[in-house]
Amino acid sequence: MSPPLIGVEGEGRGNVSIGAASASMGCVSQNGLELKERNYLGLSDCSSGDSSPVSSVSEDNKSNLNLKATELRLGLPGSQSPERILEHSLLSSGKFEEKPLFPLLPSKEGINASSQKTVVSGNKRGFSDTMGGFSEMKGSVYNEGKWMFHIAGSESETPQSVAQGKFPGNAGINAGLTSRPSGAQPNIVKEVPSKALQERSCATNGTSHNEIRPSNNSSSAPPAAKAQVVGWPPIRSFRKNTLATTSKNNDEVDGKPGPGTLFVKVSMDGAPYLRKIDLRMYSVYQELSSALEKMFSCFTIGQCGSHGAPGKETLSESKLRDILHGSEYVLTYEDKDGDWMLVGDVPWEMFIESCKRLKIMKSSDAIGLGMDLSFEFSLR
Amino acid sequence: MNYFPEEVLEHVFDFLKSHRDRNAVSLVCKSWYRVERFSRERVFIGNCYAINPDRLIERFPRLRSLTLKGKPHFADFNLVPHDWGGFVYPWIDAMAKRGVNLEELRLKRMVVSDEGLELLSRSFVNFKSLILVSCEGFTTDGLAAIASNCRFLRELDLQENEVEDHRGQWLSCFPDSCTSLVSLNFACLKGEVNLAALERLMARSCNLRSLKLNHAVPLDTLQKILAQAPQLVDLGTGSFVSDPDSETFRRLRTAIQKCASIKSLSGFLEVAPCCLPAIYPICLNLTTLNLSYAQGIHGSELIKLIRHCGKLQRLWILDCIGDKGLGVVASTCKELQELRVFPSDLHGDGHAAVTEEGLVAISAGCPKLHSLLYFCQQMTNAALITVAKNCPNFTRFRLCIINPTIPDPVTMQPLDEGFGAIVQSCKGLRRLSLSGLLTDQVFLYIGMYAEQLEMLSVAFAGDSDKGMLCVLNGCKKLKKLEIMDSPFGNLALLTDVGKYETMRSLWMSSCEVTLGGCKTLAKKMPRLNVEIINEGDQMEATPDDDRQKVEKMYLYRSLVGARRDAPDFVWTL
Repeated sequence: MSPPLIGVEGEGRGNVSIGAASASMGCVSQNGLELKERNYLGLSDCSSGDSSPVSSVSEDNKSNLNLKATELRLGLPGSQSPERILEHSLLSSGKFEEKPLFPLLPSKEGINASSQKTVVSGNKRGFSDTMGGFSEMKGSVYNEGKWMFHIAGSESETPQSVAQGKFPGNAGINAGLTSRPSGAQPNIVKEVPSKALQERSCATNGTSHNEIRPSNNSSSAPPAAKAQVVGWPPIRSFRKNTLATTSKNNDEVDGKPGPGTLFVKVSMDGAPYLRKIDLRMYSVYQELSSALEKMFSCFTIGQCGSHGAPGKETLSESKLRDILHGSEYVLTYEDKDGDWMLVGDVPWEMFIESCKRLKIMKSSDAIGLGMDLSFEFSLR
Repeated sequence: MNYFPEEVLEHVFDFLKSHRDRNAVSLVCKSWYRVERFSRERVFIGNCYAINPDRLIERFPRLRSLTLKGKPHFADFNLVPHDWGGFVYPWIDAMAKRGVNLEELRLKRMVVSDEGLELLSRSFVNFKSLILVSCEGFTTDGLAAIASNCRFLRELDLQENEVEDHRGQWLSCFPDSCTSLVSLNFACLKGEVNLAALERLMARSCNLRSLKLNHAVPLDTLQKILAQAPQLVDLGTGSFVSDPDSETFRRLRTAIQKCASIKSLSGFLEVAPCCLPAIYPICLNLTTLNLSYAQGIHGSELIKLIRHCGKLQRLWILDCIGDKGLGVVASTCKELQELRVFPSDLHGDGHAAVTEEGLVAISAGCPKLHSLLYFCQQMTNAALITVAKNCPNFTRFRLCIINPTIPDPVTMQPLDEGFGAIVQSCKGLRRLSLSGLLTDQVFLYIGMYAEQLEMLSVAFAGDSDKGMLCVLNGCKKLKKLEIMDSPFGNLALLTDVGKYETMRSLWMSSCEVTLGGCKTLAKKMPRLNVEIINEGDQMEATPDDDRQKVEKMYLYRSLVGARRDAPDFVWTL
């Protein structure tokens, strides 16, 4: 078991990153690795939201599910406080800060500025903050969503296309939206903090991902409209509090042997034996991904021989990437209902509750999972 | 009609069970009014601030059962600050002082204190029934007082209350002589209970018909209780976790099989799905099933369970049942009358749990459906139109699309047409909650067609004052209107001020009404209490600036003027 090429990790700019994929992708291309430039929203290329640049991007983007974006989040776009958006943009994608490819910085500053203002205004939410934001959103994002679907090549929002609509790049999306022509920006930004103030605190990347989220379940609804506001959704607080507690308790009930561990088997196509990992050791998809990469890289290296690559003893980082790109593995899991699901769709907490076992399959085998995009399992 | 002796009138009125009928009867003439008021024993007060205790007792001296509702409905969703009001103490105090022979007290959304419960327990010797729904402010000490002092207590029903649990021995406070319990529901309590005391209490309560346990009661205790109470009609389990191979579980199965009378099942606050087969035998007889707190039961197990429940009339579940599961409900539960689908994923991240498909399936399979609460990810106009056609008997239709301003995902249109179809088709609709992208058009439809509508809940809907005006104008029977985050302003508020005296209450939050508008209204209508909730001192700075928007306004008709227990942040204009 030779040590995996974790050198990759340090760079942190793998394709499927659990982080602002788009941002990092931009960075990657910048660093000249063998990855395509993923100018997510085509912003640096062109001024208006034409289809063309985006289409090329979106195809690629589809192949890069942003796992981190699916983590624990409050769930509604616009609910992420501006500080968090900034934080996210800056830190998690942390890797691109030097020379971002997007016009992210300018808009970040935009966010910054207006966020200061609106945060100060406190809990007061004028109707315009909500409705205004929504209608603005309806206008801009609406079209955006539609337009994205068009790109994705499906006319209407069938589940299929919905699935394809899962774009990575929280910060990217934010950037995209906020840097959209005029009207959108101030309203969107303004909206975010007023909602954010009223939410519970745990959102990290939720916002941006959920700005795309509508495209998943119901297509192109104004993402910011899903921000959590006081009084919505209309669920009794007793129920909210109770369900929050009982889900914790149920975890302990089901997750034998002990509440502290949750061991699941991990298999990989072509590997002679399985492994077991404790899901509770990780708190985000990225950690899981890294751990699995460490465990299974040996098998991948072995594959290299079968793929006809020159039988070298040592593989360079780029060679490994080649293999991975070439072989295209997908990480899947079996859930409580016995269905095989793609890892990364649901928030981490929900994932470990329902995950029974993991499987690293060849993406050719994973077509049936309802997504015909190839999700590259990143061994970063 | 004067030649009828009053006793005869009274006897006839005895057959009138509904409040509306009694209210109507009392308006016929003075003598009927008199006879009615002296014979009325059950009184319902929809807004505790519309009248005061003294006047109530004055008019109905034979009062035995009182139902009171306190805070506005949106208080359920954290829109009303904690100490807004709705205190029951003054009522208990007044009734105690005036010697009312109170037997039953039902409260909803009120603030109940331990002192109040203590006073209640000591003041009314025949007190039999206490039902608290969505109340707060009391602890298990108050319950201990009730248990200790109410010698003929038949019913103690606590539903979704916020109770501070002092882990005391309140259950042990029921004296050994207490054998009258018919209904006990403490499912909402968070703390431990004395299991031995519970078992003993159950053993001596041979009239017990309804029992709902909290999560702290293990399966073992449940089994012991059921063995002694096969006559139960309504059961709420606590923790339903056990090793299916254990002796305890075997005994449970046996005990359950003997419970031939159970018609209503709920609870499963903690559950190991492998234990569910134990309840299959009673599923056949169930008419009510509430699994809305049973997070531990996943989709496929839910479906398996539902397949056994052919006689269900009322079903409350979580949306993890999925559209497919709802299809199973539709094909199994042909007698279904009421369905509530709650969101299990409160963060709204929706791994799309239920959509319009599930609802359409239900409407097609369950023609008797008349009451619906449905949380979903998306809805289409086509689906709503189909539902309206399939189920013209809706009396309550509450749809909550988690994303509040989402359009029809297929056509990208607002959901006006869909809801329009509902109100047009369901002529008996009394309660409606809207969601999704909605314009003024939907309100036009509501005003035109919703003739029986009594309660309307609106959020993030409409384009202009016209919307609200259509509703106020058209819905003659409207009693409660609650609006949040919609663009209705002073024009809508002030055009028909007389309307509000025909209604119980109006709530508007995050709308466009200004302080000036509210002041104008208050001035024109002295018999309305117009309350502004001024949280966080939003308006302290410029209390005279009438142009400021009012964040939260709640107005209601009242016979007794402004209330005297309003906290500082509530301004009665």
